[in-house]
Amino acid sequence: MSKKRIATVWLDGCSGCHMSFLDMDERLLAIASAADLVYSPLVDAKEFPDNVDVTLVEGAVSSEEDLHRVQIVRQRTKTLVSLGDCAITANVPGMRNPFGTIPVYDRAYRENVSFDPGIPNQVVPALLPTSRPIHEFVPVDVFVPGCPPSADTIFYVLTELLEGRQPDLSPRTRFGA
Amino acid sequence: MTPEELAEIAESERVAQSRFTQRVNVCVAAGCLSCQSQSVKDALDREANRRDIKDHCQIKGVGCMGLCAEGPLVSTSSGVLYRKVQAENGAAILDSLGGQPVSHLVCRTDTPFFQRQKKIVLENSGVIDPERIEDYIAGEGYSALIKTLTEMTPREVIDQVTKSGLRGRGGAGYPTGLKWSTVSKSVGTKKYVICNGDEGDPGAFMDRSVLESDPHRVLEGMLIAAYAVGASEGFAYVRAEYPLAVKRLRTAIRQAERVGLLGSDICGTRFSFRVDVRLGAGAFVCGEETALIASVEGKRGTPRPRPPYPAMEGLFGEPTLINNVETFASVAPIIRKGGEWYAQIGTEKSKGTKVFALAGRVQNTGLVEVPMGISLREMVFEIGGGVPEGRKFKAVQTGGPSGGCLPSDCLDMPVDYESLAQAGSIMGSGGMIVMDESSCMVDVAKYFMDFCMTESCGKCIPCRVGTYQMHRILTAIGNMSATQQDLKMLEELCDLLKHTSLCGLGQSAPNPVVSTLRSFAEEYRAHVEEHKCPAGVCNAQPGGETE
Amino acid sequence: MSPVASVKTLKIDGRDLSGRQEETILDVARQNGIFIPRLCEMEGLSDVGACRMCLVEIKGQNKLLPACVTTVEEGMEVTTNSPRLEHYRRMILELLFTERNHVCSVCVSNGHCEMQMLGQRLGITHVHFPYRYPQEDVDASHDRFVIDHNRCILCTRCVRVCDEIEGAHTWDVMGRGINAKVITDLNEPWGSSETCTSCGKCVHVCPTGVLFEKGRSVAEMLKRRQFLPYLTLMRKENE
Repeated sequence: MSKKRIATVWLDGCSGCHMSFLDMDERLLAIASAADLVYSPLVDAKEFPDNVDVTLVEGAVSSEEDLHRVQIVRQRTKTLVSLGDCAITANVPGMRNPFGTIPVYDRAYRENVSFDPGIPNQVVPALLPTSRPIHEFVPVDVFVPGCPPSADTIFYVLTELLEGRQPDLSPRTRFGA
Repeated sequence: MTPEELAEIAESERVAQSRFTQRVNVCVAAGCLSCQSQSVKDALDREANRRDIKDHCQIKGVGCMGLCAEGPLVSTSSGVLYRKVQAENGAAILDSLGGQPVSHLVCRTDTPFFQRQKKIVLENSGVIDPERIEDYIAGEGYSALIKTLTEMTPREVIDQVTKSGLRGRGGAGYPTGLKWSTVSKSVGTKKYVICNGDEGDPGAFMDRSVLESDPHRVLEGMLIAAYAVGASEGFAYVRAEYPLAVKRLRTAIRQAERVGLLGSDICGTRFSFRVDVRLGAGAFVCGEETALIASVEGKRGTPRPRPPYPAMEGLFGEPTLINNVETFASVAPIIRKGGEWYAQIGTEKSKGTKVFALAGRVQNTGLVEVPMGISLREMVFEIGGGVPEGRKFKAVQTGGPSGGCLPSDCLDMPVDYESLAQAGSIMGSGGMIVMDESSCMVDVAKYFMDFCMTESCGKCIPCRVGTYQMHRILTAIGNMSATQQDLKMLEELCDLLKHTSLCGLGQSAPNPVVSTLRSFAEEYRAHVEEHKCPAGVCNAQPGGETE
Repeated sequence: MSPVASVKTLKIDGRDLSGRQEETILDVARQNGIFIPRLCEMEGLSDVGACRMCLVEIKGQNKLLPACVTTVEEGMEVTTNSPRLEHYRRMILELLFTERNHVCSVCVSNGHCEMQMLGQRLGITHVHFPYRYPQEDVDASHDRFVIDHNRCILCTRCVRVCDEIEGAHTWDVMGRGINAKVITDLNEPWGSSETCTSCGKCVHVCPTGVLFEKGRSVAEMLKRRQFLPYLTLMRKENE
């Protein structure tokens, strides 16, 4: 049997979910023996590949680039996992939503900038009006709440999915866990 | 006040009125007042004074004559009805009293609008002066009260009401006799009667018209009810947006107190009853009985779970009878003529007559009273005169924000509580809004959902957040930005609100959506799949969903 | 009151149980260790039946009834959990999550929040309705306490405890529908409230992280609720 292909994607989040992923420690070896990590902020691939079996997506959809990426991920992935509260609820990135984007831009690019303050119009992707959960844009197959979900939870999810079972998450994790 | 004194008042009023050989009645209810009927009455008064004919010609302000679309309305003792009367027509109308009517103002009364009606609740509307108790008494007013107090036991009164088959006219259709009987059997240190005049459905103005046209009729109903259930104090809860109704009701209460029909030891019996007016501050939910009671108590007007029902624990924790304006207004004739007489009118399960406010895309907008069981087709096309400007009928909305939209294949259905409920709507308080092909049913559903969302009290979660989410989805459908998933979510929310909301407002808030989804699914589909509004009402908004 | 209490027997989830006639289904369920979810109900406070989480099925009744206000009746057969009830409860809780800004990860009550726990218990791993993200206020004008409206679920426990137990009636509700909010006095800053006795009962009955003590950081606000039933009981005995 050929090895499964897994990927991880980092949208608008703090990377805490990826840290928790790394916290699986030696169990990463067990994962590596069952699957290849074909795309991730942790590996060198530049382009999201085709035919991915499982993709863990961390972070909310906050910018045009996030939206574009999550759409590509959806097209090329069999099982899409929303990993962590940002992906599921918009969580901390969503705390800007009540205020709109202008105060966010102002704080980041005007108020605290001494040299040439101004909102960038290239390189930095434009923000969407609100930062939103992934499943409001593309269908999501598995939801793993937690901020971040523990390494145990992530390991459980991955092993279940790699063995073709549907994980049952509510006894193991929750919003804010 | 004794029965003899009442008869005396009636007699002297009849003598006084018989002096007038000619009479001109001007509608001074809110509908006609809004198109300057007061200036018509003033002009007639001035002209009559100038001609010095006031000793035999009476100019009288009366209540609603029904055909509000043609107001200001004026009727004369020679049996002519005039429409769209202006102040300058006064002289011509007075001239015509003995001879030929003023032809360009004549409103035909041989039409179905007038001929198909059966007036019981509205029998005095447009006939008597709502601000004079004597006028009411002269037309058998308060004779039903005298009859109950002097000849009947409370049990006999309740029996007559039960026999009549009268059901609550506020919308739910609970049997009135049963409610009275429950309150009469409840035990409390004191009992209350409340008249619910918090009419809040958009397009409904039955209760307002009754209170403006014949307030004593409502008081008499409350008095009879109080006697039957053993109550000593009553409240008339009327929305503050009805200043004229409130004024006339207050006048009526003062007059009734003055002649001893309200107060202590009424008619020399040991029955005492006082009525106070309470104003609603504009919350639709206060039409719900437990919210209304909270409001009368001076609390925030929010509903509470039932049971206990107000009949057991109502105002200030005491047994309370709460009925709608029209229900109370139906009582006096039932007592006068007997429950069996009333039960002959209408259908097997829905007895008597019902007042409807016809509005929307219909020729004859106005107030009508018809026997229960009349078909929707007769209502819309005969009484209502059909859809104007040659347009095509699309739906009729009954029951306001708690009701539904009935399409043309429901037109031959009888108007009664059960049939309307079966078709996905409700009788409601009597609002009837006709829509033609220029109405978009998604837009209609959105309008009513906006109403429910704004009027939700916020106490229970399904109604508070559910109406918001439903309104959001309906807005998205209107903006052509909704998906199939949104439609599914909409249906889910309809089911949730219906079964889990605390009070009737939330439970029935999905009705306009459910009924339009059922009968006009094609329109929803066109919005979602083709991004088109068949009626041309909704426009795609750039940027899609708006918050 | 007559010293003779009338006792009713009923079935809850197939178990034969008994309760005094003034007891509610929720009372009897709780005595017997049967879990019925609820958010607005609290032992020691009056019941309002507002959150609709405790709706149960009763045999022979079309309508679902709130267990917190429905008193027991002889021969009643109650079902506290079914796929239908679970479906409705989950939807109601999801709606609540969308209503304001519930960010568990930064909340003082994270890990001790009744709403968060209930979400987990009902198996909610995501919310399928879109979030509202409204702009809500935080009032930190009081010396000792803070109110963060972002987390309010309008259970009105604070309103009731302040009125019924403390007797101050500092809290109340203003506005309608989705715009309803709890206020102190006539919508004045909490810190300048003339009626507030700073007793802190509202803080401790609050099921989420809306009301908390100053100086508490994420997950640090533990609430003590045991005082309430005792207080109510002692007062009744003193009457």
